[in-house]
Amino acid sequence: MKTTTKQKIAFSILFLCTIMVVLPVLFVLGIIIKNGWHGINWQFLTTMPKDGMRGGGIYPAIVGTLYLVSLSIVFSLPIGLLAAIYLNEYAKDNLLTRLIRLAIVNLSGVSSVVYGLFGLALFVTFMKFGVSILSGALTLAIMNLPIVITASREALASVPYSFREVSYSLGLSRWQTIRHSVLPFAIPGILTGAILSLARAAGETAPILFTVAAFYLPKLPDSIFDQAMALPYHLYIISTQIPNISTETRYATALVLVGIVFSMNIIAVVIRARLRKRKKW
Amino acid sequence: MKLRQIKEFIIEKLIFLSGILSILFVVLIFTFLLKEGFLFFKEISIKTFITGKYWYPISDPEQFGILPLILGSLIVTLGAIIVSVPLSIACAFYISEVAQGRIKDILKAGIEMLAAIPSVVLGFIGMTTLVPFLKNVFNLPTGLTALSGSIMLGLMAMPTIITISEDAINAVPKSYKEGALALGATRWQAMYRVIIHAALPGIIAASMLGIGRVIGETMAVMMITGNAAVIPTTFLQPVRTLTATIAAEMGETVHGSMHYYSLFAIGIILFVITFIINVTADMFLHRNKK
Amino acid sequence: MVTHATRSPGHQVTSKIIIQQLSIWFGKVLALRSLNLEIQGNEILGVIGPANSGKTSFLRQLNRLNELEASFRMSGEVILDNKNIQHIKPEALRKRVGMIFALPQVLPISIYDNVAYGVRMHDGKSKSELDGIVEDSLKSSFLWDEVKDRLKELATKLSGGQQQRLCISRTLAVKPEVVLFDEPCSGLDPISTAKVEESMLKLKEKYTIVLVTNNTKQAARVSDRTAFFLTGELVEIDKTHKLFTAPKDKRTEEYIQGKFG
Repeated sequence: MKTTTKQKIAFSILFLCTIMVVLPVLFVLGIIIKNGWHGINWQFLTTMPKDGMRGGGIYPAIVGTLYLVSLSIVFSLPIGLLAAIYLNEYAKDNLLTRLIRLAIVNLSGVSSVVYGLFGLALFVTFMKFGVSILSGALTLAIMNLPIVITASREALASVPYSFREVSYSLGLSRWQTIRHSVLPFAIPGILTGAILSLARAAGETAPILFTVAAFYLPKLPDSIFDQAMALPYHLYIISTQIPNISTETRYATALVLVGIVFSMNIIAVVIRARLRKRKKW
Repeated sequence: MKLRQIKEFIIEKLIFLSGILSILFVVLIFTFLLKEGFLFFKEISIKTFITGKYWYPISDPEQFGILPLILGSLIVTLGAIIVSVPLSIACAFYISEVAQGRIKDILKAGIEMLAAIPSVVLGFIGMTTLVPFLKNVFNLPTGLTALSGSIMLGLMAMPTIITISEDAINAVPKSYKEGALALGATRWQAMYRVIIHAALPGIIAASMLGIGRVIGETMAVMMITGNAAVIPTTFLQPVRTLTATIAAEMGETVHGSMHYYSLFAIGIILFVITFIINVTADMFLHRNKK
Repeated sequence: MVTHATRSPGHQVTSKIIIQQLSIWFGKVLALRSLNLEIQGNEILGVIGPANSGKTSFLRQLNRLNELEASFRMSGEVILDNKNIQHIKPEALRKRVGMIFALPQVLPISIYDNVAYGVRMHDGKSKSELDGIVEDSLKSSFLWDEVKDRLKELATKLSGGQQQRLCISRTLAVKPEVVLFDEPCSGLDPISTAKVEESMLKLKEKYTIVLVTNNTKQAARVSDRTAFFLTGELVEIDKTHKLFTAPKDKRTEEYIQGKFG
């Protein structure tokens, strides 16, 4: 066979494989939108569930998820950003740095349900925060730390070294240099990472199973020490634990969850794209 | 001036502290799993735990053998590897070496979208579409099988494998490829004779990290594999994985019971497995960089 | 300043910087070997030499920028106004010894903010003081007339030559004593180059200037004395017109005539 024919066949096979990866995504999204679209209305989004979740809305689950992710980013962003600054601006090539890198790799590899166990043992039981928004948010924050660190570090590394040199040459200290010549130019990248980590936290179920999630609560949480309903957990229980719920309600719940997660992703991607366009250095 | 120096001193200490916090967290996770799991291993030896064939945590007498759970996780993972690794590598090559311009951007966006879909949503879609489909095709009593878990988890592992393989392929020096092309090789020949060799450590690492993700995956697998704690013999029967056991049973345990501690013991096993996978994968990735 | 007796008796010259037995390594590579050199106040010292001659390492030692590299090591001394620079805090030293880089390194912020950049950090200046400093600094580099109406615009929109003069203003704004130029015109067209050189000549009334350049003609045009470096060693230093018309060393002659480099 001619080599160019071989190449054509090979490339076609590669293309087919790629399609087999991408098509399921479209299929999943298509089916959720098609079946869930009609279930979504103002009342569904803003009222409490009724009749053992079979009726009413999913308002408390949406609110619970928003509470959870916002609180988790309050913990993970500062720590993650400072850790990224350490790794990118201060760390030398030594054993400690290698250990930190390895720790981050492992944090990102630990099973989500193991995070759930950890949160249960440390925050719920040991620190006596109880099953609460605080426990869940802390668990999610630690789980998301690798994403925040990695994204922030990339953002810092993309700021040209010459900016730092200029700053040093004007007699600025190391922290002044980081604060004024590096951070301002890394912010869009850091923001992208933070939002992506929010999106991930919003969709996670296993880490909140034993740390915060409530099956059903008749009212919204009053403080971070209360339990809360959460959207992904709600989808899990209405699709596995409660019989005779209309398919429409299930799909509509899935659609709201996917909608929240995807809109965060899109915001992050837009920020990133604008950054790339604007970047002149 | 003095004040500024004090401020900077404090900030720089905070930066260092945050830097080493990751290490602390890994240690904390392991410590707290051990703290709760330790009480379990005081009663039951690791060997009995791992090789025991029966998982009856609430019957009398209770039996804590996780062999069926380990094999359940293994069979689902094995299936997921078969589903995801070849497709993902092919996809990574297509995206980084063949696709161009807009098509490339669209494909990459598609992969990012796949990575963004929450596990519980994929589990839900698996329940409503894949499970009934498999039930009909294979004429089974239930579609909640290891196979459905493998397919769904394979899908979830793909973004990890694809993006990291893509990085590895892109990291291959251009001169390698240009050298091959200059000798008259076609792009395809350059790919499978030169690039794949140079990128291999990265691709292996990518596959390992994908597998790590599959083993640790919880929600989807719990929703679509049937959760029967029996030793699996085929892909077409319900199985129960390590992760699903923890997720499904923790809610029903009495705090401080053997059952409660046994789930932490499973957590330790999972932690150790993912730890080994990640460290090994990282070694491959690091070797690739040098 | 140190009053230092030179070899010609009875004649007194002030030395701003004295370098003694300075050697610099990066990892195992010796970049500069046992350099002895004096830089006088209010002169322009030109430093020429081919690639890897050690001239840039030398320059970056004068404000301790070399030490940002992890593999950097040194021996010997650099003395600024009677004080070993290793005993001065790097921040304080770099304020006194400013630097202009090869490519114009403007930050992607406004023209005004670029010039005010260093001053703002150092001490709390009022808005009007800051305005005055920005204006003075821009005038010293002959940029004021070109930008005075658009100080709020992004500095990256300026032309290459304007950007480089902006960098000079930014350095002058922190009121240095010595200004180091690291091949400042390597990316510039002849007209922009002429403007930068013009400002250098004006600057030496107030500042001590060290100019590292690949362009031997530039050294001939602006520097009072010129030093020729080769493979990490100082080959020859002399009054510029002497070095260019009657070099003592054969290698200097060959380099000036363009036989290598």
